[in-house]
Amino acid sequence: MEEKKTHIDVARVCELAHFDICAEEMTEFQAQLDNILAYVNKLDELNLDGIEPTMYGQPVVNSFREDVVTPSLPREDVLRNAPDSANDEIKVPKIVE
Amino acid sequence: MKYIVSIGLETHVQLKTATKMFCGCNLSTDCPPNTNICPVCMGLPGALPLMNKEAVKLTVMSGLMLGCEISKYSKFDRKNYFYPDMVKNYQISQNTHPLCIGGGVDITANGAPKHIRINHIHLEEDAAKINHYARHSGIDYNRCGTPLMEIVSEPDMSSPDEAMEYLTTLKQILVYAGVSDCNLEDGNMRSDVNISIRPEGQEQLGTKIEIKNMNTFKGIYAALEHEIARQTAVVSAGGVIQQETRRWDADLGETITMRTKENAHDYRYFPEPDLLPVVLDDETIDSWRKLLPELPSQKKDRFVEQYAIPEYDANVLSAQLPVADFFEKTIACGAQPKMVSNWIMTELLRLLGESGKELADIPLTPESFASLLKLLDKKTINMPTAKELFPELFEKGGDPEAMVKERGLGQVSDSGAIEGFAKQVIEANPKVVEDFLGGKGPALQFLVGQIMKLSRGKANPQMAAEVIKKQLGV
Repeated sequence: MEEKKTHIDVARVCELAHFDICAEEMTEFQAQLDNILAYVNKLDELNLDGIEPTMYGQPVVNSFREDVVTPSLPREDVLRNAPDSANDEIKVPKIVE
Repeated sequence: MKYIVSIGLETHVQLKTATKMFCGCNLSTDCPPNTNICPVCMGLPGALPLMNKEAVKLTVMSGLMLGCEISKYSKFDRKNYFYPDMVKNYQISQNTHPLCIGGGVDITANGAPKHIRINHIHLEEDAAKINHYARHSGIDYNRCGTPLMEIVSEPDMSSPDEAMEYLTTLKQILVYAGVSDCNLEDGNMRSDVNISIRPEGQEQLGTKIEIKNMNTFKGIYAALEHEIARQTAVVSAGGVIQQETRRWDADLGETITMRTKENAHDYRYFPEPDLLPVVLDDETIDSWRKLLPELPSQKKDRFVEQYAIPEYDANVLSAQLPVADFFEKTIACGAQPKMVSNWIMTELLRLLGESGKELADIPLTPESFASLLKLLDKKTINMPTAKELFPELFEKGGDPEAMVKERGLGQVSDSGAIEGFAKQVIEANPKVVEDFLGGKGPALQFLVGQIMKLSRGKANPQMAAEVIKKQLGV
């Protein structure tokens, strides 16, 4: 069983998701999220022993494709979507982690 | 103070499929940059992933080879992070319900058998390749979305040597099973290394350091040696190891801090809503089990049993599947097993090593190899002739029987001819004959050599020696 969450820190989530929101929104969303969480926590009133968490809405499994090559996109089209490119590679600011 | 080392490896292995994990893009490695990409692997809005069944099959086969329990139910999750090697801003991976659980790899450590446990094997997609230049970085997304199997070991290895042994055995098994080429140069097999030390007598593992993305065995060995020395020095001086991720700098020969625990990633895993769970029944798993080859260690035991060759030979021959197959095919063509084994281990492996070629690339067939060895076995040709013909067969192939006939290389076992040569040699070398009769053994070799010369290499050397001794009345 995963640790029960009673609070989600909107500021932390925004930081992780690279979202920039203003202070007003921060307060507004924090209240909304706390509400939602309180609603979901109602589940705790039930005895859920031995019940697996529902991860998928439909009772469908095993959607596979065969290992067969299909055409890729023309490179010019792909590179047109990128902000910049050089030598057929997508160009980004220098990154070294 | 003595310290105990604990090493665990997370090994990423690219699977040998024709297409990517969640789209039909080609996986050939020799394509120009950014030519094998589509809306799915570029994460374009609205594009949906569809799972490659072959990748699931190869992962399950790996699990079966490594003694894992195959999950009846597994699912995929999103691992969220921001880095330009993954366009979607998340990698599809398996966080909570991996395809294979448990299992292990049997290695030899200090001459004794040791079992390295595997925690689990999960399936995920590889990221793109980033090239760094002076003023910018360039990205080639061809690799993005390649099926990647991650084999996570328990921290059961206690030295760099054991880690090498584990990786070598793992690679051998995976190549045998045909699930991956495990080509290190092409980055088919990369490992993250976890390492900690603790004082002898302490039960609990020490704080672990992770070293990311090592793609050579040599690099892993060097990084482990360096990290053991570094951690031992810190702890011996009364310091404390902080949990962190480090990077191996091969040029400097040391590990460097990448990020500390405070800056550790929070991947915010959640179930991938665009994919359905994988449910495998016994029938499917059994049908894949039937595709498994014999394990290298099983093959070795069978070789000893079936062909009555020494354990050492069996070990060498079973180490690589193509060599093992070549050995068995040559025997099936009628050659004598121990003879085949000797010739593979000396002549064949030497020429392969010198030429840098693979067995699959050379024209020598098991049929012509067997034919050569049978000619030698029947004494139709002698050893020097066989050794002379072999490199030619290795380079160009051909029918040894026809070559021997055409070039008149058949061994002279006709005692009349050899007696004639012996007579000449004895008359021409009175001093050597005297030495021999005086008890100098090597003198006989010289006389035999002279007969070989006269016969242009075709005399049967054993018979030549016999004839000389007979003529000299020894």
